[in-house]
Amino acid sequence: MSPHLRKTLVVAGHGMVGHRFVQAAVERGLTETYDLVVVGDEPRAAYDRVALTSFFEVGADELSFLPTGRYDDPRVRLVTGTEVEGFDPETQTVLLSGGEVIPYDELVLATGAAPFVPPIPGHDLDGCFVYRTIEDLEAIREAARTATVGAVIGGGLLGLEAANALAQLGLQTHVVEMAPRLMAVQVDDAGGATLTRHIEQLGLTVHTGAATERVLGEERVTGLALKDTGPIDAEIVVFSAGIRPRDKLARGAGLELAERGGVLVDERCRTSDEHVWAIGECAAPGGRMYGLVAPGYAMAEVVVDALLGGPGSFTGADMSTKLKLMGVDVASFGDAFAVTEGALELVFSDAVAGVYKKLVVSGDGRQLLGGILVGDASAYGVLRPMVASGIELPDNPEELILPTGRGAAGVGLPDEAQVCSCNDVTKAQIVAAAAAGTTTRAGSTCGSCKAQTKKIIEDYFVSQGKVVDTSLCEHFALTRQELFDVVAVHGYTRFDDIVEAHGTGRGCDVCKPAIASILATQLNGHVLEGGTRTLQDTNDAYLANIQRNGTYSVVPRIAGGEITPEGLIVIGEVAKEFDLYTKITGGQRIDLLGARMEQLPAIWRRLVDAGFESGHAYGKSLRTVKSCVGSTWCRYGVQDSTALAIELEHRYRGLRSPHKIKAGVSGCARECAEARSKDFGVIATEKGWNLYVAGNGGSSPVHARLLASDLDRETLIRYIDRFLMYYVRTADRLQRTAPWVESLAGGLDRVREVVVDDALGLGSELEAAMAKHVDTYFDEWKATLDDPEKLVRFVSFVNAPDTPDPNISFTTERGQVQPAESDGPVSLGSTIPVGAPR
Amino acid sequence: MTWGVPVCRLDQIEVEGGVAALVDGAAVAIFRTHDGNVYAMSNYDPWSKASVLARGILGTRGDIPFVASPMHKQAFDLRTGQCLDDAAVRVPTYDVRVTDGMVHVGGPRQENP
Ligand code: SRM
Ligand SMILES: Cc1cc2nc3c(=O)[nH]c(=O)nc-3n(C[C@H](O)[C@H](O)[C@H](O)COP(=O)(O)OP(=O)(O)OC[C@H]3O[C@@H](n4cnc5c(N)ncnc54)[C@H](O)[C@@H]3O)c2cc1C
Ligand code: SF4
Ligand code: FES
Repeated sequence: MSPHLRKTLVVAGHGMVGHRFVQAAVERGLTETYDLVVVGDEPRAAYDRVALTSFFEVGADELSFLPTGRYDDPRVRLVTGTEVEGFDPETQTVLLSGGEVIPYDELVLATGAAPFVPPIPGHDLDGCFVYRTIEDLEAIREAARTATVGAVIGGGLLGLEAANALAQLGLQTHVVEMAPRLMAVQVDDAGGATLTRHIEQLGLTVHTGAATERVLGEERVTGLALKDTGPIDAEIVVFSAGIRPRDKLARGAGLELAERGGVLVDERCRTSDEHVWAIGECAAPGGRMYGLVAPGYAMAEVVVDALLGGPGSFTGADMSTKLKLMGVDVASFGDAFAVTEGALELVFSDAVAGVYKKLVVSGDGRQLLGGILVGDASAYGVLRPMVASGIELPDNPEELILPTGRGAAGVGLPDEAQVCSCNDVTKAQIVAAAAAGTTTRAGSTCGSCKAQTKKIIEDYFVSQGKVVDTSLCEHFALTRQELFDVVAVHGYTRFDDIVEAHGTGRGCDVCKPAIASILATQLNGHVLEGGTRTLQDTNDAYLANIQRNGTYSVVPRIAGGEITPEGLIVIGEVAKEFDLYTKITGGQRIDLLGARMEQLPAIWRRLVDAGFESGHAYGKSLRTVKSCVGSTWCRYGVQDSTALAIELEHRYRGLRSPHKIKAGVSGCARECAEARSKDFGVIATEKGWNLYVAGNGGSSPVHARLLASDLDRETLIRYIDRFLMYYVRTADRLQRTAPWVESLAGGLDRVREVVVDDALGLGSELEAAMAKHVDTYFDEWKATLDDPEKLVRFVSFVNAPDTPDPNISFTTERGQVQPAESDGPVSLGSTIPVGAPR
Repeated sequence: MTWGVPVCRLDQIEVEGGVAALVDGAAVAIFRTHDGNVYAMSNYDPWSKASVLARGILGTRGDIPFVASPMHKQAFDLRTGQCLDDAAVRVPTYDVRVTDGMVHVGGPRQENP
């Protein structure tokens, strides 16, 4: 085809919907006839705005839809950081901010919406923000570094997300809502009250029925003046009082707009100009705008279809919402406010558990029309498709919202039920994809249908007689958790008994260390006891970390990073005497490297005599509890973080677990101990301690999330005891806390139920298990030195115990030893006398 | 007149464990498996270039008894020294015999590279 026969399609706006439009255009072959030019004014390519709040945790790259910044299809040109300034329907050209003029055959407006900032006095002071783009969040994060109190104006869906973000940034947070309840559009008064209680429990302050009269401050924000009540202090104010369609371009070109704003389009999303289309939040099909992504995606598909000559049309959308805010489930779907004539309401409410559930059913009780779920939205995945598909209700519809056990899980969905509303995927499509070994888009946008999707796929595999393979290795067809239970139930103490009764062969480097760890947790014995030594990875087997040349490192525990001058001197002397390389670790302690295996007992003798103990740098066990100087020294500290860190490190030291465990305690919200990058992290507040769980650094960093706030010391320790024991018992081999929490059905909410609410009644059992660990702890290095049986292993050669292995050699760098590269096995020749075996 | 070099008593090697011994100045790893067999191979792990194999975990892959290097877990067939993860890599093995509870190691095997 000669180039001039090709037509040009310009897309104004590269947000979620603009991106989906391009994807659909490429997938469905629109690019066979059109060259696409996509122009976005944000500095980066489209990203997942729905997941915007996770920017603080995962960063911009993770959110991006186009990490490379370009589409694979060469017929699509993407221009970022450039505004479409206007277009002329007469000449069919668009004008870009750089001055470029692009002629178009078709123009698609996908400019989205902008946050509405009410024109109250002071709304433009420094410290006022909106919550829409990555740049907004970067600015808020920057401002939060020096602030302690923040306020969000607007208690709707987005306002609560913003408030969540402020709280996560460590700010004391207010939510100011003009309506008498939170999320007024989605939930009723009773649901709103339940939601408010949850949010207040998390330490936020909620003001409902509160109109903001002005933002206080001279140049910078200092607070808010609220009508009827007194002023509140705040150094950061985020406006989240609704959105307005960005319809400026259409207005400038003289196209028709909807009464309440938005580009008026027909059911094919065509504007009043036949070559101009509008989709997403800037569009108002039939005069109504939709502030959710799913309708926008549907509009994108409709326009691609229309340009290909297809029949698609947009006839309204499901406005159901489900979100998880600060761990609180909220869902609203269908006719949530029972406006249908004759509709009945069924309500289940449990104030203690903080659960409110309402179903709206038709007058004859046969059909589900809608509902509201607060505190537990696990039934949403089943209920919402029931509304959409009109399936007949069971005889006792209240069963659908009663607490689990009898709940909704058993209700079969019809094949045509739409499971994912964001991407319009039905149950039948999910099953078909599972059968073909592919996947659908279900779950990839807001994520609220993930649990339901997973269940459908699992049910499908089970119906096919297939089991999802979760075996540990070729020797055990069990998961680590199942093995843990098997060992506990039978009271096994030896690998041989376990592999003979439940496994095949003689095990391997996967199952042996896993079983060694399980035995260590349950028996609290020495890791080198009896037959368990040969199960251990080399690090555990020699109670030290192996290094690249076969030597080991020695890391004594320095709890909380606190060390006396005498302690430092001993470490220095040991390093000097044994010629070890010393380095301050990333975990606030000191690593001594380059020890030959046969030197380890002598090194530890010196350290143990000076009061040091094993730091378990080699074990899948507690590593360090990092601390900051806290209120003892620091002018900002509000609690003694060092003392708490030391106490926690002493409490959990030696606990064998599925993977290593790291912790941190910071003395105030400035977070110098990086507690939120740890498996459990504690941050001091004026009132006590906030507990965060399931974070880590490493290759896929995850920020720990708030489990409970303002705890006193006893409660804090009780929660950590439960959390760790629950993890140790149920996590997979080499699974750290973050992926473990992720893998639990219900995620962090599940953890909170078990740890904080004690929903399973497991609390005291978990605490007792931890108490046993604490009571039976002993230093495994000291115990090794006291036991000649264990010491016999620490020899270079069985027939020449003190002859250094000739394969180990060192060079010197910056005044210390370093391993030398090896070119091949080294022989001493026959000259070295070897002892005759005794 | 004994065969090979006596290095240790059998009971000095744990079941499913290993020891290193000096045999003619070279570091040799000697292993004892659950079924009572004893094997010897060079202690030198060709992957990590460190003398460490005696400290690996023993196990089975199907019917093959193997040791996993303690460094990066590559597996070696105890009988032949063949690396089970890369056909091109093999560790020299040694003849070994147990007489009167004493482990003797002979010279490197002929088929060794
Ligand atoms: C020594 C040290 C580096 C240093 O010079 O500072 C170190 C050294 C090792 N790290 Fe580390 N890590 C050290 C701090 C860290 C940190 C920083 C921290 O703890 O604050 C991290 C990121 C935080 C985290 O873990 O969440 C870190 C993330 C890792 C990872 C990745 C974990 C993950 O979940 O992705 C590994 C690999 C693993 O464990 O599987 C690892 C593994 C290792 C091992 C054990 C690798 C090995 O098996 O040989 C290294 C040997 C330690 C030795 O011989 O003593 N190391 N490692 C630090 C010892 C801290 C201590 O006092 O115990
Ligand atoms: C914090 C947050 C949470 C949300 N959570 C949910 C949720 O859970 N579920 C849900 O369904 N929806 C949610 N939404 C709403 C959802 O993000 C939007 O519905 C969706 O992004 C709309 O897509 P869009 O492409 O129409 O607009 P946008 O994604 O805003 O994209 C429009 C793009 O066009 C650009 N643009 C505007 N004018 C011009 C111009 N003249 N020239 C060039 N470029 C221009 C804009 O800068 C923007 O990049 C959330 C939104 C936010 C902010
Ligand atoms: S985290 Fe600790 S050291 Fe940092 S400012 Fe707060 S109290 Fe001070
Ligand atoms: S419903 Fe949002 S991703 Fe499926």
